[in-house]
Amino acid sequence: MTFLIRQTLIYAVPLMIVALAGVFAERSGIINLALEGIMIFGAFIGVVFVNMIQEAGIFDGAKADNNWVALQGFALMAMLVAAAAGAVFSLLLSFASVNLRADQTIGGTALNLMAPALVLFFIRIIANQNVLNMSGGDAPPWFMLRKAYFGYGRTDSMGFFGETFINQTYPATYVCILLFILLSVILYKTRFGLRLRSCGENPQAADSLGINVYKMRYAGTTISGALAGMGGFVYALTTANCSASGDVAGFGFLALAVMIFGNWKPLNIAGAALLFGLFKCIAASYTSIDINGDGVCMLANLPISVNLYRMLPYVITLVVLAFTSQKSRAPKAEGIPYDKGQR
Amino acid sequence: MKEKWSALMQKDGAKTVVASLLSILIGLLVGCVIVLVVGLTNPGMGAAAAWDGIRLVLGGILSTGRDAVGNLTFGFNPTNVGNMLFRATPLILTGLSVAVAFKTGLFNIGAPGQYLMGTAATLVVALSIPSTVVPAPVVWLLAFLSGILAGAAWGAIPGLVKALLNINEVLACIMTNWIAANLVTWIFDGSNWRNLEENGKTGYIYKTAHNGVETAKWGLDTIFPSSQVNWGIIIAAVMAVAVYILITKTTLGYELVSCGSNRHAARYAGINDRRNIVLSMAIAGGLAGAAASLYFLSGNTEFAWSTYQFLPPVGFNGIPVALLAASNPIAIIFTGCFMSMLNIAGQQLTNLTGYNEYITDVIIAAIVYLSAFSLVIKMMLDGQKKHKTSVPAAADSAPVPGGKAEKGGEDA
Repeated sequence: MTFLIRQTLIYAVPLMIVALAGVFAERSGIINLALEGIMIFGAFIGVVFVNMIQEAGIFDGAKADNNWVALQGFALMAMLVAAAAGAVFSLLLSFASVNLRADQTIGGTALNLMAPALVLFFIRIIANQNVLNMSGGDAPPWFMLRKAYFGYGRTDSMGFFGETFINQTYPATYVCILLFILLSVILYKTRFGLRLRSCGENPQAADSLGINVYKMRYAGTTISGALAGMGGFVYALTTANCSASGDVAGFGFLALAVMIFGNWKPLNIAGAALLFGLFKCIAASYTSIDINGDGVCMLANLPISVNLYRMLPYVITLVVLAFTSQKSRAPKAEGIPYDKGQR
Repeated sequence: MKEKWSALMQKDGAKTVVASLLSILIGLLVGCVIVLVVGLTNPGMGAAAAWDGIRLVLGGILSTGRDAVGNLTFGFNPTNVGNMLFRATPLILTGLSVAVAFKTGLFNIGAPGQYLMGTAATLVVALSIPSTVVPAPVVWLLAFLSGILAGAAWGAIPGLVKALLNINEVLACIMTNWIAANLVTWIFDGSNWRNLEENGKTGYIYKTAHNGVETAKWGLDTIFPSSQVNWGIIIAAVMAVAVYILITKTTLGYELVSCGSNRHAARYAGINDRRNIVLSMAIAGGLAGAAASLYFLSGNTEFAWSTYQFLPPVGFNGIPVALLAASNPIAIIFTGCFMSMLNIAGQQLTNLTGYNEYITDVIIAAIVYLSAFSLVIKMMLDGQKKHKTSVPAAADSAPVPGGKAEKGGEDA
């Protein structure tokens, strides 16, 4: 059970934060199909940053002393760098769709094509292979919390709560959850949030009340890019051993599905992300999931092909969308370039 | 002469061509700048390597390797041209697939999945029916048709959920892509179609030549010696013409296009919009399936079956092919060849310099990005015209509405 919850969170949290990224863009009226590409780019820049700092040897002392607070600060810095990279990359999309009134779907597709190509081009030149790993060591000893940090011995138990949510977890996950809550509050309870959402529903009315629609759309897409970039790095950190390979296994698109399934509302999105995280987790590690703790891995004994488990998240997304699509309500003005002169 | 030129430039089609050419030019420029910057900042490369890289990006198709001194040599390289035509074959067809959906107002990002299903069906049929019992050409035809059918069936799924349940086709396509990737892995996982004879190559399915099924070369191998080209490229071109006729000359094509320009108006006019959406996606899927069939029926191409984490890029590359051609089926033949030419250039870059083939993907992405606002480029072209001929505006105003009307027919 502990293992199941921990693994589910690892998959669900990047989905959640990237789906929220989609919400910020779409609520301001821009379809951000480029989430996947921005994730890839953010992950790459984050890993490059980790590499550079490691090579400079700045945190070697902290690593040797097991100073986990400093190491988590390092992870946080990498997340910020990835977020900045995502924000900058998303400017390409906002420039095309706000200033040039381009087709947002095509613009997003271009970014999705651009990110893996650019990233792989540079990874090949930097690393002479198709994957950029950390320059020294693995991600867990650097960025994962361990019970040893809190004075527990190798065989001591931290209790259910401690074992599930502290031991062998990445605090980056919790940073994302906090951010998710904070940004949801901003979107719904502040003046800025209200203005942003109004630009996605009726930009003409918003403009008539003195809101600068262009600025709001830039803000929405930039926040979206920052969140997606950070989500990409967190994904690479927690599931890919902090390596970049120009690929996030379709998580950006899955996040879009989560967003639509969650009806563009943060609370529903959190639920949807947990559901998909659970299925992703089952697909990735069904052979070692022991639900009731009796040492028998039930799912592994079922005569079901691993391929079916891998397929499940996507099939379920489609089925769930089929049931919920009638009720779903997208922001009214999404995808339509705002033209001041139009009536 | 000058008048003729400006009259030509008034036409919308000409503007589209100019906008596309501009996109290509800027895209190539972006690629060259990246090559230059990387070359100059990377201590292992330097200006000479960057110059080599730029020359290969622009003229990789004409590259004939390096001479004894180590300088790049250029000239007509029949192997490269033949391979370019071979690789253009699936690109043209996936481009057509995306274009047909575009015409109906749908964005077919599901070509990779349809391509994979086409691949699976083609390979299963081509390898299961022994060519000792059934003549090889018949097996070839059956495999080709089953590839088309599998792609069409897979393409119809997003069409159905869009038409009946109003699910965004982009999302449905993405989901079916990944389902197809897993399904194809499942089909081949543990099957007898895996190539277990050649050691160290466990990840591949037998080539169709294993069963004696190959696309005919009929003289193309004498024109382009030691290249992979075969008559598949001719079939692809014929299919492009067929799609052109379907879209512009038939009732079905007219219905598809009217659904694309305004679904509700089309329904008001008595067109069954739901049927047309499904049909359009099925045709698109069939074309993507045909792309896979022609690629793998060539006999000497191998399919890596464990695709569950990986979608075939040729499916996604249909999008730039279609965009660059402004969804014109005939133009797609040329843009498909252009994309595969870039592909060859990338290969030369990997073989001959310290750069790698991904730079060509960057160029393609830049081109797609630019074609997203080709409308703006077109408007800029219009703006220039107005500045130059501001006085005889009255004379010019006559052809402009004509041009607009033409555009309405074409873009729809």
